[in-house]
Amino acid sequence: MTAPILEIDDLHVHFPVTGGGLLGTGRKTLHAVNGLSLHLNKGECLSLVGESGCGKSTTALAVMGLQEPTSGSIRFRGQPFSGPEAPGRMDRARAAQIVFQDPYASLNPRQTVWASLAAPLRLHGVTAKSEVEDRIATMLKSVGLSAEQGRRFPHEFSGGQRQRIGIARALILGPEIVVLDEPVSALDVSIRAQIINLLLDLQDQFGLSYLMISHDLSVVEHMSDRVAVMFFGEIVETGPWQSIFTNPIHPYCRRLIATIPDPDVILGRSRKPTDGEQPDPPAGWRFADTGLESPDLTKKPDPSELVEVEPDHFVRLARI
Amino acid sequence: MTAPLLDIRNLSLAVPQGRSSFPILKDVSFQIMPGEAYGLVGESGSGKSVTSLATMGLLKKPLKVTEGQILFQGRDLLKLSRREMRKLRGDRIAMIFQEPMTALNPLATVGRQIAEMYVLHQGKSWAEAAKLAIDALASVRVPNPDRRATNYPHQMSGGLRQRVMIAMALACNPDLLIADEPTTALDVTVQAEVLRLIRELCAERGTAVLLISHDLGVIAEMCQRVGVMYSGCLVEENETRELFLNPQHTYTKGLLGALPRLGSRFQHGRSRLVDIDSIIPDRSILTQTRFIAPRPEVAQ
Repeated sequence: MTAPILEIDDLHVHFPVTGGGLLGTGRKTLHAVNGLSLHLNKGECLSLVGESGCGKSTTALAVMGLQEPTSGSIRFRGQPFSGPEAPGRMDRARAAQIVFQDPYASLNPRQTVWASLAAPLRLHGVTAKSEVEDRIATMLKSVGLSAEQGRRFPHEFSGGQRQRIGIARALILGPEIVVLDEPVSALDVSIRAQIINLLLDLQDQFGLSYLMISHDLSVVEHMSDRVAVMFFGEIVETGPWQSIFTNPIHPYCRRLIATIPDPDVILGRSRKPTDGEQPDPPAGWRFADTGLESPDLTKKPDPSELVEVEPDHFVRLARI
Repeated sequence: MTAPLLDIRNLSLAVPQGRSSFPILKDVSFQIMPGEAYGLVGESGSGKSVTSLATMGLLKKPLKVTEGQILFQGRDLLKLSRREMRKLRGDRIAMIFQEPMTALNPLATVGRQIAEMYVLHQGKSWAEAAKLAIDALASVRVPNPDRRATNYPHQMSGGLRQRVMIAMALACNPDLLIADEPTTALDVTVQAEVLRLIRELCAERGTAVLLISHDLGVIAEMCQRVGVMYSGCLVEENETRELFLNPQHTYTKGLLGALPRLGSRFQHGRSRLVDIDSIIPDRSILTQTRFIAPRPEVAQ
């Protein structure tokens, strides 16, 4: 068993919010991420699933070093990746990169694609002109664009092509971890298929480890090796994709899967794993929350823990 | 045989460019029966939203109808004066937009915005309309409707705002509700609730729905009949079940294959998703064939 490439241990991210009291007396703390622990293995795709506001993007930002955790640790190959001993921006950039959701907003409209790809290379010491040219041309080719297209500006590309550029920019420094923040949700169905295929090919080709954030569960099922379902700052269920999609246990996770509109299920060609009754929690445990009501994020939740119900399949439960 | 509620005949739209014009919609025809839920699927730019805007009489310059008719209850909407159209819009044909934040007026309380519908279309007094607005909010299952009526749109979540939009749209019991990507901006669990609400309220009141979406799952869940649009053409139309089980047009087949399906990886392993561009490199041939299935006879 090799060590995971990324380990997140008991991550907390809190934000101060004003409660509306006079003279700041109503100051409260919002627990955006509350004791989250995760690991990402080399070469796998781990998906973080949950509703907007559940803390999945905050987690991704913490991994990218764009959001300082309140407490807890993130380790990359066993070395600290957050806190005072975290590596500098340059080392971090070679370890982890991010692909953003909106390919229209995440590219500089005044820079040619070539310039966006050359800048990180130069900053990281690749100065020989021929090598820069070479690496950019190869990268563009791997994401399905031609070297000639690199001379153009972002507005000359369609949404799908822009997302290809976003992927090329993330991969140009050869990172090991790529955070995919809703990589296909802004795209049309047929383009979505192309980008999903591309991401899977690149993962194979470069041995990338993906941390994917998504709310589209059919994409998650297609791409992931493991899935972590988040609900209000905590992981409520995590496991291999087979366990999550065939044997979901936590009420919130089941509700999430039950609400996906899937044509096959609607037309009665296949059944959802959630068609049956809600399974009971293991003896001696209860569900800490039902996933029906949003908990008060400024209060500490009831103590609960992740309990292994099957090999590698954990569900958040509280002791009775 | 009942007459269709909405009968779009050979509708063509174009943007004039000098002497020639650039076609946006090419010869689109379809009917919606009273009380029926009809879905239009297609990618961005396929012309589905423009079709709905034409029906609402909201086309902006330089878009121009070059040919065709939009018959609503037998009247050609394209021949109505702006005044007549304004009377019809909101009253007999209502619309729900994708982004409720931009569709609502940020400077008026939601109660007032709903009340306006009753004042404008039914000649009620503001006091009366305010009461009706609270009832309308209750009917779309907004908790504490009397308190919520005094809220401004920014004080509400996306799901609540979309409920307000539905309350406004259904205020005057329209005959046709056009919903343009009503749940695209929402979370899946909220999406499911909003879809259920639209379906139940429209079934209760006998309102026909024209649902526009790029999400095939949403269409399958909501609609009895589906039209697939591609590049300004309606390339295939059929009963929902038939269309999904037995797609005829190459584009429809590609679209269905491009979608990751729940459970298929478990059953068949991970297969590559269909890339439409690789099966049909020249997409222009796609608009040359059409498969419009005849409507089944209404069982007596």
